[in-house]
Amino acid sequence: MANISAPRTRRFEPRSVEDVEVRVVECDLLVVGGGNAGCFVAVEAARLDPSLRVVVMEKAEIMRSGACSAGMDAINTYIPQGKTPEDLVRWSRAQVGGGPLREDLALSNARELNACVEELESWGLPILRDEQGKVRYRGQWDISIHGEQLKPIMAEKAIESGADVYNRVAGTGLVMHEGRCVGATGLGVRDGCFYVFRARATVMATGGAGTLYKSYTADSTDSGAQIWMCPYCVGTGYAMGFRQGAELTSLEQRWVATRTKDFCGPVDTISVGYGAPIINARGERVMSRYEALGGDAAPRYIRANAPMEEWLAGRGPCYCDTTHLSPERTKAMLEDYLNERPSFVLFLASRGQSPDREPIEIYGSDPYILGGHTGGGFWVDMARMTTIPGLFAAGETAGGNPNKFVGGCCAEGKLAARGAVAYLRGVSLPPLDREALRVEMERVYAPLLRRGEEGVRPVEMKERLQRLMDEYAGGVSQFYRTNEERLDYALRHIAMLRSQFQYLRAGDLHELMQALESMDRVDVAEAVVHHLKARKETRWAGWQTRSDYPERDDARFDCFIESRRDPRSGEITIFTRPYEQLIPGDRHTA
Amino acid sequence: MPPKVDTHKCTGCAGREESFCERACPGDLMAVSSENGKAYCRAASECWDCMSCVKACPAGALETKIPYQLGYFKATLRPIMGKNVITWKCRDIYGNEAVYRYVNRIVR
Repeated sequence: MANISAPRTRRFEPRSVEDVEVRVVECDLLVVGGGNAGCFVAVEAARLDPSLRVVVMEKAEIMRSGACSAGMDAINTYIPQGKTPEDLVRWSRAQVGGGPLREDLALSNARELNACVEELESWGLPILRDEQGKVRYRGQWDISIHGEQLKPIMAEKAIESGADVYNRVAGTGLVMHEGRCVGATGLGVRDGCFYVFRARATVMATGGAGTLYKSYTADSTDSGAQIWMCPYCVGTGYAMGFRQGAELTSLEQRWVATRTKDFCGPVDTISVGYGAPIINARGERVMSRYEALGGDAAPRYIRANAPMEEWLAGRGPCYCDTTHLSPERTKAMLEDYLNERPSFVLFLASRGQSPDREPIEIYGSDPYILGGHTGGGFWVDMARMTTIPGLFAAGETAGGNPNKFVGGCCAEGKLAARGAVAYLRGVSLPPLDREALRVEMERVYAPLLRRGEEGVRPVEMKERLQRLMDEYAGGVSQFYRTNEERLDYALRHIAMLRSQFQYLRAGDLHELMQALESMDRVDVAEAVVHHLKARKETRWAGWQTRSDYPERDDARFDCFIESRRDPRSGEITIFTRPYEQLIPGDRHTA
Repeated sequence: MPPKVDTHKCTGCAGREESFCERACPGDLMAVSSENGKAYCRAASECWDCMSCVKACPAGALETKIPYQLGYFKATLRPIMGKNVITWKCRDIYGNEAVYRYVNRIVR
């Protein structure tokens, strides 16, 4: 058991891949990504069988990596007394407009949920309680925490469980054998080594995909990464599986959220947690326009889109009206922010703004692909195995099961560990396919080997893609709208970007990691555009808005949109899977 | 916006395998210059402002700044990491100060 430190940044100037050191590591279970879900995979696997050798491949350093690195102020799902896992699935279904969603996955997650949250508390996470010691709910399902240390708390348990954590190793591809996944490869972003993790089973837990779309604060400021999702989760896990033929589901159900304007901070913290209503420029309560859909409790995509509709109608800016708060409540709210998004408190100070005197402005975020929030991710079975045998997925990386958030990602980590441990018992490691590894090394190191040539910097390709996606595939500058012609335009330019991978150049290992990320983004973006094209209706305005098909079309689209890429030709096939309602009742009400 | 490095306070964590800030950064953005031995941020526009490096720096040499395009001169926010408790000191552009202190870990 070890948390393996990375060295300091060093110069690494190979002349060919022959100069690259290859490190082969054998294990029983490989976890790609040591975030929220990945830590729980490691802990659960050790519980099931302490003799298993578990390895975590971590792109950053596990104590402060991924979406939880800044901390967290709430756990959005914890089933209160008197309610059942079935109730939670009903709520989740209503939050996504009646679905489709995978109720089978959602229910199994819900049944594990509370035990995970209680585990976090027993590990030291402060959960806020009232004078009677009862957990303090801020909404129907969400509880307040002082989660500044959430990530280190989870990481310490993953290390204690006996896992070997390889820090600063970024995943590049899957190791395959006769259609099965038998591990993954990684780039050592500090030492330059090529890591080959040979594993009997692999769990992908790399988080979602931020930074596919341009953020509105990215306009020539120093805020290119001023976004809601962790900007270092770029969809690499989706790309690694997709390139080998793993099926992706529901990418068109993008996560778009109302966030604080100009500096992305959470809004549920204030609107739900502190009862601050959303108002427009005239002081009108915006959600009262949506009474029929639940008003202030309307599904998430409606709440996310509503302030943007006000802007479009000429009634912006919009705010969360915090001016009724007492000084004590204001201070408690700012403490919540310090737990999750501390720099937002600094932002308010830089505006000289006190929220009890001046309301907090809100706006829509750039879109993300996040299987822990909405439905986009790998299609998985109940064991959380993707359509590639041996490859499992958990957390943001697994699809079809929205509204997981922190607790649900913990739960799914456990479920994926159980699935993977049961699977790996019947599996032995095949011999190394050295030819396939050489091909992957040539791909991975090519931008660094071209460092002296004229070419394309990784950040340039990222920004070109972000601009394209923003303007043509329904980004925030377009109020999330797109149509068939714009999506076709996006696909043409994505093909051009792919044809220019050969010009990417990286001056050092950090830039080489970014070159790989830029290619991963292009691969994921292509899948997203295909999904947006396939859903010829508007089901979740804001998350998915088609100007040319403005109505919902249940006759044709009450189903999942799926995609698969041919590993040899790169051709993408789109198809559907039926929605199955397991929990009875009206799908639109909780 | 990247953390600003106070080069008078920064020691580059000499003698350590990694400096605290380069170990902490989830984006691999912090590094120590081989020329002057001081920490720097590779790319201003890629910082998430998560403040992990600021919390980790034992010398108090790092400070997160809001880009001027978004927020005015000059506000400060400093975390002070205690044992199972965190204290934040904030000062806004008018000089108003606020202190927040709370338990961030329960010891059992």
